Amino acid sequence: MVGAACALYAARAGLDVIVVDRGPMAGGTTGAGEGNLLVSDKEPGPELELALLSGRLWADLAEEVGDAIEYERKGGLVVAAGPDGLEALEKFATGQRAAGVEAVRVDADRLRELEPRLAPGLAGGVLYPQDAQVMPTLAAARLVRASGARLVTGAAVTGVLRGGGGAVRGVRTGLGEIHAPYVVNAAGTWGGELAALAGVHLPVLPRRGFVLVTEPLPRMVRHKVYAADYVADVASDSAALQTSPVVEGTAAGPVLIGATRERVGFDRSLSLPALRALAAGATRLFPFLERVRAMRTYFGFRPYLPDHLPAIGPDPRVPGLFHACGHEGAGIGLSTGTGQLIAQMLAREAPALEPAPFRPDRFPAPGSPPDSEEAT
Amino acid sequence: MGEPGLAVIGAGPAGLAATLAAAARGVHVTLIDSGAQAGGQFYRQPAPGFRARRPQALHHQWRTWERLRDGLDTHVRAGRVRHLTDHHVWFVERRGAAGLTVHALVGPEQEEPAEVHADAVLLATGGHEKVLPFPGWTLPGVVTAGGAQAMLKGGLVLPGRTAVVAGTGPLLLPVATGLAAAGTTVAALVESADPAAFVRRSRALAGRPDKVAEGARYAGLLLRHRVRTLLGHTVVQAHGAERLEAVTIAALDRHGRVRPATRRRLVCEVLAVGHGMLPHTDLADALGCRIDGTDVYADDEQRTDVPGVWAAGETTGIGGSALSLAEGHIAGRSIAARLAGRVPDPGEWAAAARTREKLRAFFAAVDSVYAPPAHWAEQVTDETVVCRCEEVSSGAVREAVRELGAGDLRTVKLLTRAGMGWCQGRVCGPGVAGVAGCAQAAGRTPFARPVPLGVLARAGETREPQAGESGEPQAGAERAAQERHQ
Ligand SMILES: Cc1cc2nc3c(=O)[nH]c(=O)nc-3n(C[C@H](O)[C@H](O)[C@H](O)COP(=O)(O)OP(=O)(O)OC[C@H]3O[C@@H](n4cnc5c(N)ncnc54)[C@H](O)[C@@H]3O)c2cc1C
Ligand SMILES: Cc1cc2nc3c(=O)[nH]c(=O)nc-3n(C[C@H](O)[C@H](O)[C@H](O)COP(=O)(O)OP(=O)(O)OC[C@H]3O[C@@H](n4cnc5c(N)ncnc54)[C@H](O)[C@@H]3O)c2cc1C
Repeated sequence: MVGAACALYAARAGLDVIVVDRGPMAGGTTGAGEGNLLVSDKEPGPELELALLSGRLWADLAEEVGDAIEYERKGGLVVAAGPDGLEALEKFATGQRAAGVEAVRVDADRLRELEPRLAPGLAGGVLYPQDAQVMPTLAAARLVRASGARLVTGAAVTGVLRGGGGAVRGVRTGLGEIHAPYVVNAAGTWGGELAALAGVHLPVLPRRGFVLVTEPLPRMVRHKVYAADYVADVASDSAALQTSPVVEGTAAGPVLIGATRERVGFDRSLSLPALRALAAGATRLFPFLERVRAMRTYFGFRPYLPDHLPAIGPDPRVPGLFHACGHEGAGIGLSTGTGQLIAQMLAREAPALEPAPFRPDRFPAPGSPPDSEEAT
Repeated sequence: MGEPGLAVIGAGPAGLAATLAAAARGVHVTLIDSGAQAGGQFYRQPAPGFRARRPQALHHQWRTWERLRDGLDTHVRAGRVRHLTDHHVWFVERRGAAGLTVHALVGPEQEEPAEVHADAVLLATGGHEKVLPFPGWTLPGVVTAGGAQAMLKGGLVLPGRTAVVAGTGPLLLPVATGLAAAGTTVAALVESADPAAFVRRSRALAGRPDKVAEGARYAGLLLRHRVRTLLGHTVVQAHGAERLEAVTIAALDRHGRVRPATRRRLVCEVLAVGHGMLPHTDLADALGCRIDGTDVYADDEQRTDVPGVWAAGETTGIGGSALSLAEGHIAGRSIAARLAGRVPDPGEWAAAARTREKLRAFFAAVDSVYAPPAHWAEQVTDETVVCRCEEVSSGAVREAVRELGAGDLRTVKLLTRAGMGWCQGRVCGPGVAGVAGCAQAAGRTPFARPVPLGVLARAGETREPQAGESGEPQAGAERAAQERHQ
């Protein structure tokens, strides 16, 4: 997804773009996740700013290709079970409002007006009208197409070509060399490997997530609904399984329930504890789901960096190399803003946001004392 | 629940043979099947209460079946085997040193959970039919070959009096003769296999005199019922307004393309169509078992690469009931030895191993002869629906490949929703792959049956949680239970 957005904005900035992928379109994490474009789960800071910028860009794109990418601005509803949770949620929302987020307090008695099938007895919640969604695979495919970029699939990058002064001159792939003065590393969870091909350190790690998909139903869940502990999970550094699933209906009928967050490397076996936790969380929010059937589950590996911020921008260690990876559980949402920042930096224009927090060289190289967060 | 031992999933020839072999050697076996009775696909039983007149007229190898059934009854009466019918397994869970748990659904709506704990599990879930799309294939009156056979064996009435049997594979023979014997007029048996291929592989096919005799017997039956067999032919379209009224068939050239000016129409009310079988792999896949192409991998002892999990019968590759019996027998003996802490001596099952080897070679030859026309997908018009659940047309699949860069089945599915419906791609997977021109991978459908979220949320609750047993802290569920926000 991130590569597709980079291609689109770079092409619009006048560059000649080639998109290279070892797999098919969206064959990485993009085809294995959900397409929530959330501001609700982000605390004030650089990630929220990037999310707000991205949200505006998504809305613009929706004007062009909205239906084709299944863009829908349905809003998020974050609920709290008890008064303590509600108080904390309200405090969180206050901070977000100051940063430009629309956040509407919803009292207990109004919750079921918004979501008639919600469990009774919840303390209240906050409605986030800016939360939206796209269908990630369609979005990636349509953005690449809209960019007019040349798409080369089935071509694994096996080396980064360097010229005089160490500057990038292109990439070597299984299908031959591709020459270009700029290379953007948008390899997601495998971004660290690609960086290593250019001889630089970027510690992108996988964080597994499962999603449950139910049988198709008439629309019974109107918003993206989740319990407030989600917000704590996103910024958490614990390796334990953490769940408070986002529950939402889709245009096609199935309800999506996701996602878990676990650090188990690239383990591809199905985890019943993870799925059980998703089902338990969803049925607690929406008791009617008890009898609704899960048809399947899927999983992917989010790309995360130790400080939970993506790497976006030029790599001062290798002239011509740019990074756009490590977006963890928000790479769909943050892709448009990332693409625009990359395009602006490629075109040497002023970036729309302060890019310093996303500097790709902010992690100490191996050999220096181990980062305490990495050691978890 | 029951005491641990062996859980066999699937009561077809493979599962039955394994159950008898293991139970005879002192293993406690729980035999689990979604059907109301044992037998699987081959020995599919007429429902009790239905007075089948001479079911053996439809079931040859009846004696083998009687032996298996009587053996099962004896073990069940002696308490060595527990037979759980109407149990739909949705997931098999690995619990490390604690063994395995088979999670099933029971009850009229398949909404109640049932769990079986075991030290070893045998996957003997057989296969399902493969059907490729063609214009008109969604009309009422078009049924699968296996479906037609099941209706016959189950004592149901076929929806019409004139039938065409079409597609490819050895299954079409018993289906055509079975329909004819039951009084249906079979207008033609349309087989796409190239007659020249039979000649080329005649040596390999003749390696099994009993099978050739079986073939000759079918040929005799076809003749007796005056069923016309058209080799090297295919159905290119099914016609009808509300329901099936006729089909157009055509001859194929050497390269598997429809030969011009050979089309003709056959009037019929039923089209029984099949293009071979595919193994059920979902339980194995969710367990993390290795899958080679479309088949679950098993070693010489029928062990998968996951400790404690064996696989036998058509789930490891399509090869008919005799092969399933041999593999099941070997699996049962291997499991009995391994559960007793013994390394089995393959000499114990030398005869079964020889049968297995011969039949595998035979079916490899069969596979090379019976094949859908190489260019079948060319006959599928853009308007033809390829995924019925989600109503995805062939044109939409082609667009995803041509315009949007989809290069594999998963991406085609994500871009078009083909294979996302109730069948989860089990039915339409091969058709979609063919139209898209990409490899047909074993379907990733982690739940072998759709499972109510309420059941999933409480799965495994009957056991004592054990610390670290699956590498993931139990804390997840509990943590999600308490709402926290920092
Ligand atoms: C279960 C789950 C749910 C999620 N839900 C959401 C959500 O609701 N909202 C949201 O915003 N985000 C969500 N995410 C996160 C999101 O999916 C990712 O952040 C995003 O897809 C990352 O996009 P990407 O383009 O960086 O990576 P990818 O989509 O993985 O793309 C990287 C590409 O690089 C290619 N590649 C790698 N190495 C090479 C090489 N050497 N040569 C050539 N090509 C190479 C890969 O084939 C791949 O196609 C979720 C993730 C998961 C797992
Ligand atoms: C129409 C037709 C005609 C045939 N004619 C012949 C013939 O003439 N000669 C010949 O040799 N072979 C024939 N066969 C093939 C023969 O039926 C198979 O080779 C044989 O039945 C395979 O045995 P098996 O034990 O591997 O699997 P099966 O017999 O398919 O048994 C598998 C069992 O597993 C159960 N099961 C699967 N999944 C689950 C689950 N998730 N939960 C619970 N239970 C489950 C199924 O209900 C089934 O009972 C025919 C098959 C068909 C369909």
